[in-house]
Amino acid sequence: MSTVGGSPLAGGRLLVILKVIMFAAALIPLGKLVYEGLNDGLGANPIEKITHVTGWWALSFLLLSLSITPLRRITGWSWWMRLRRMLGLYAFFYAGLHFLTYLVLDQFFDWPAIVKDIAKRPYITVGFPAFMLMIPLAITSTDAMIRRLGGKRWRLLHRLIYPIAVGGVVHFWWLVKKDIREPALFAALLAGLLIIRAGYWLRGRMRRNLPAGAMNAAPAHRTDG
Amino acid sequence: MKRPLLIPAIPSSEITPREVFHQRRRFMQLAAGASVAALLPGWSEAGERLAAEKSRDYQVPDKLTPLVDVTHYNNFYEFGTGKEDPGQNAGSLKTRPWTVAVEGEVHKPKVFDIDELLKLAPLEERVYRLRCVEAWSMVIPWIGYSLAELIKRVEPTGNAKYVEFVTLFDPQQMPGQNSPVLDWPYREGLRLDEAMHPLTLLTLGLYGEVLPNQNGAPVRLVVPWKYGFKSAKSIVKIRLTEKPPVTSWMAAGPREYGFYSNVNPEVDHPRWSQAKERRIGEFLKRPTLPFNGYAEQVASLYAGMDLQKNF
Repeated sequence: MSTVGGSPLAGGRLLVILKVIMFAAALIPLGKLVYEGLNDGLGANPIEKITHVTGWWALSFLLLSLSITPLRRITGWSWWMRLRRMLGLYAFFYAGLHFLTYLVLDQFFDWPAIVKDIAKRPYITVGFPAFMLMIPLAITSTDAMIRRLGGKRWRLLHRLIYPIAVGGVVHFWWLVKKDIREPALFAALLAGLLIIRAGYWLRGRMRRNLPAGAMNAAPAHRTDG
Repeated sequence: MKRPLLIPAIPSSEITPREVFHQRRRFMQLAAGASVAALLPGWSEAGERLAAEKSRDYQVPDKLTPLVDVTHYNNFYEFGTGKEDPGQNAGSLKTRPWTVAVEGEVHKPKVFDIDELLKLAPLEERVYRLRCVEAWSMVIPWIGYSLAELIKRVEPTGNAKYVEFVTLFDPQQMPGQNSPVLDWPYREGLRLDEAMHPLTLLTLGLYGEVLPNQNGAPVRLVVPWKYGFKSAKSIVKIRLTEKPPVTSWMAAGPREYGFYSNVNPEVDHPRWSQAKERRIGEFLKRPTLPFNGYAEQVASLYAGMDLQKNF
């Protein structure tokens, strides 16, 4: 539909194919879990396995959705943005499965134990609100909701993804007994994605401030606008 | 327990001689083992049999955890931190030749060969509950004898108050030791009276076989009223000391892992609850019992102690 973006994908047709492939590929982890579940392939502690796998993919999709803006900036291709919603919704989908696994399979609706967990276990104290904050983002992900909210307010609301991502990574880090290599990798990736954003933000600010500042500091060397 | 006196109504010629009976039983066990092995992919290596008398005193009514789970869901960081890693990686461990040095505050320090340990005292099969600090549990038929049998033979001095257990350190055989997750070699410790308690098992086998590598071959400890990590695996050194040893987990997280680490539903791990546990193979969690159900035998060891502080 859109013609901006400067790559063959921007045309639309290829993008649709890419989205279909992505949609199917994102279901593979779930398909694998179901297959293993039906074939006694989840090991000695199936509930733990399901919890870990769904949580791992929730975080992975979250980081993938956060890598879209940097990719657009770096490549200059705007069609990346058209993939972001699906990645974000898959992050919510796997986080939802993760939460339901905890609620139904792990705790089996033992509400007092769940409340105690949220209050007392630091990793659940950060993980639970991180998931709850994802709900309004998922609800407002439709075009109609974007229009209703208006772009500016929608963007403001969806900045919640940053505390959600930090909460998710901290949740993983705090639950691990000793081997923190994997959560550390997630943390490093998230930090990298946030630093790239901070870099662009700073550059944007400096550009905006330059005309005023440049007059006093270095008037002779300015060549660009 | 006393056996009632039996007067056989069958002529003695009809009774299967003991040796033949044992051979038959062994054959049946082997056949059972082999058919189980055939049914389970990834479980091909049938272990070497290890004969042991069933213990009369140490049984639990709980259902046994299947062998495949006992051998494929392990915490043994020497072979990786994933639960399935030890089952996959422990093949590199060479369990012969193997010696265990018993030293420190003893009158007769000695290096025991593994074959010597296998014959040091009669082997018995004991069924114990195993409760991991991660809130899952199993029920396992171990083979071994009370650690006290070994300790008595080296004659502890009057200074001996604690016992330290040291696992093999060899990153070639134990690839997980290339990663600094823990301060290698793995060290654990008990108070001497805990180590001398008859429940404390010097373990050489499980499920009628010598210990599989991933379960701590060729010799490990099993202390059933404490969290699983207290039961050191692949032991090469046992040292009696006057001062409490610093264990690997205490060094790694002193707030989270105490010296005693008795199973206690009332003292939570700082990051998760210990009130309940998931028995491997069961869906609903079950309540965790104080001292893992062995309170009657061991609670007196801790009389007067504040178990919230001495966790």
